[in-house]
Amino acid sequence: MAVTEIDSSTESPSTTKVASADKRPRRKTRVFDHVVLLLGVLLMMGPIIVAFTTSTFDHVTIHRQGMQFGWGGEFLETYKNVLYQEGGFTGEVTGLLMTQNSLILGLGFAIGKIVVSMLAAYAIVYFRFPLATFSFWVIFTTLLLPLEVRILPSYEVVQQLGMLNTYSGLIIPLIASATGTFFFRQFFKSVPNELMEAARIDGAGPVQFFWDILVPLSKTMMAAIFIIMFVVGWNQYLWPTLMTTEEGYFTLVRGIRNIMQQMIGADIPEYNEALAMAILAMLPPALVIIIFQRMFIKGLVEQEK
Amino acid sequence: MEKAQFTSPWLPYLLLAPQMIIIAIFFLWPAAEAIRASFFLEDPFFGTATFVGLQNYSDAFAASDYQRTAWFTFVFVVLVSLISLGIGMMLAVSADRVLRGKGSYKTLLMWVYAIAPPVAGLIGVMLFDQHIGPLVEFVAYFGWDLQVGVDYWDTGFAMIVVATWKQVPYCFIFFLSGLQSIPTSVKEASAIDCRSETRRFWTITFPLLAPTTFFLLILNITYAMFETFGMIDQIVKDQPGNSPVTLVYKVFRDGFRGNDIGGSSAQSVILMILVLALTVAQFRLIERRIHYT
Repeated sequence: MAVTEIDSSTESPSTTKVASADKRPRRKTRVFDHVVLLLGVLLMMGPIIVAFTTSTFDHVTIHRQGMQFGWGGEFLETYKNVLYQEGGFTGEVTGLLMTQNSLILGLGFAIGKIVVSMLAAYAIVYFRFPLATFSFWVIFTTLLLPLEVRILPSYEVVQQLGMLNTYSGLIIPLIASATGTFFFRQFFKSVPNELMEAARIDGAGPVQFFWDILVPLSKTMMAAIFIIMFVVGWNQYLWPTLMTTEEGYFTLVRGIRNIMQQMIGADIPEYNEALAMAILAMLPPALVIIIFQRMFIKGLVEQEK
Repeated sequence: MEKAQFTSPWLPYLLLAPQMIIIAIFFLWPAAEAIRASFFLEDPFFGTATFVGLQNYSDAFAASDYQRTAWFTFVFVVLVSLISLGIGMMLAVSADRVLRGKGSYKTLLMWVYAIAPPVAGLIGVMLFDQHIGPLVEFVAYFGWDLQVGVDYWDTGFAMIVVATWKQVPYCFIFFLSGLQSIPTSVKEASAIDCRSETRRFWTITFPLLAPTTFFLLILNITYAMFETFGMIDQIVKDQPGNSPVTLVYKVFRDGFRGNDIGGSSAQSVILMILVLALTVAQFRLIERRIHYT
């Protein structure tokens, strides 16, 4: 708790004061810093830019001349194909349908995780009950074993429950990891005690306190976690790959695997459409992160505390 | 600090119920199953299982394939963790110092975090492609005939590059926020005492970043071990001989493709113990961190 207070109090004035302390920076260092940063931007953005420009060429050109750095003019054609052309074995999957599935997974995962973990964290922090410590440790153990490691038995459980190829089977097992609960637990612990005492004096019960005080107070935190969890959910790969065998449930990220398999078999692989798909799959989470940058960083960095 | 608490005979259980039910069904049950299966030898055709004790474990450790994979995982994890840490710190220090364009640099450097590992893997496969990949062309100038998917360590090199690229933004974000939370008074005092910017970095800034660095190190290790699965799945083709994989990928491959349920489970349990160690380290670190400030 002490950490958060120090951070927030120094945050705003620090930038202006450092600026005045460094009024006469030696030019060399500044140039050096800009060079480092520009190289960094080139390193991070380069692959994406090349992927994008290449996707605007037709696949024969790419096959003959390699990845392209200019504008190919096939942009509309390629992206229209990827979004609307029906592909796959059943001939029913379009990029649009996969986008929709990705959205369902991202939103369902984020909302589900926030609801479930907020309730659990509320119980653990604000209630005195016999099994509190035990519950905390049970939740804690979920951090010990990522889904990737227990993937085979998890698949069997979901299969036995008849949840293969359903949205609930896709989303719910992913919520089992308790990162969100720890997040909210940390946050609730930093909420001043006086609030609850005051609420109690005014006659508020636990439900009313949660709904009228704690939820409004957690709004920024919820938004921050929502953004992170949406990106995490959207980007899920292994679980959707195993869970969904019916193409109607494919997400964009899951679809990448099929594209790769088709490419291996083809004479002249459809490089352009594969890259267009990659661009489509990264666009929504990237936009969310760029638009809500401040909140995203806050949510991410808060984990450290 | 004691928190004021409510008491209610049933409400806390009701609040915990959704989380607990999900954990019980989708976490505890599969985890217990993994541990149980690791002591059995299952016959995939007849569905019978024989208790074999620790044999799956000793088989796993004795297999040359496992040792090779473990060695590659070690190299992969160390390089990915340290290089992304280094690049992230360098970029953050520069981004913290510049006065102009700070916001733009920050946005441009951090958004790659949003890209899913398999998507990064797909782009990596293209960039390192034998026919169309500009990176292969580039290293050919230096006389390196880079053959991803054919040569074991060339493929490993591509994996390390892609995995590092994907993790740099994460380190960058944490380091930048760590740098910005260093009190102004400390920065000013050190600026008065020492004119050398390099020396100031190593004697003041770097030690103050140490907690963030340790924290990131553990997160990076976890990332390199587990979250790179999707990326690896794109880069390796189905020839295990010349494609390096990580231990996590091997668990998946042995279990699903090889149908070796006992062996795969034993490997899961070994990884479980590794994660346990990592988590304990992480928590001890967070506890210690509180004493710093």
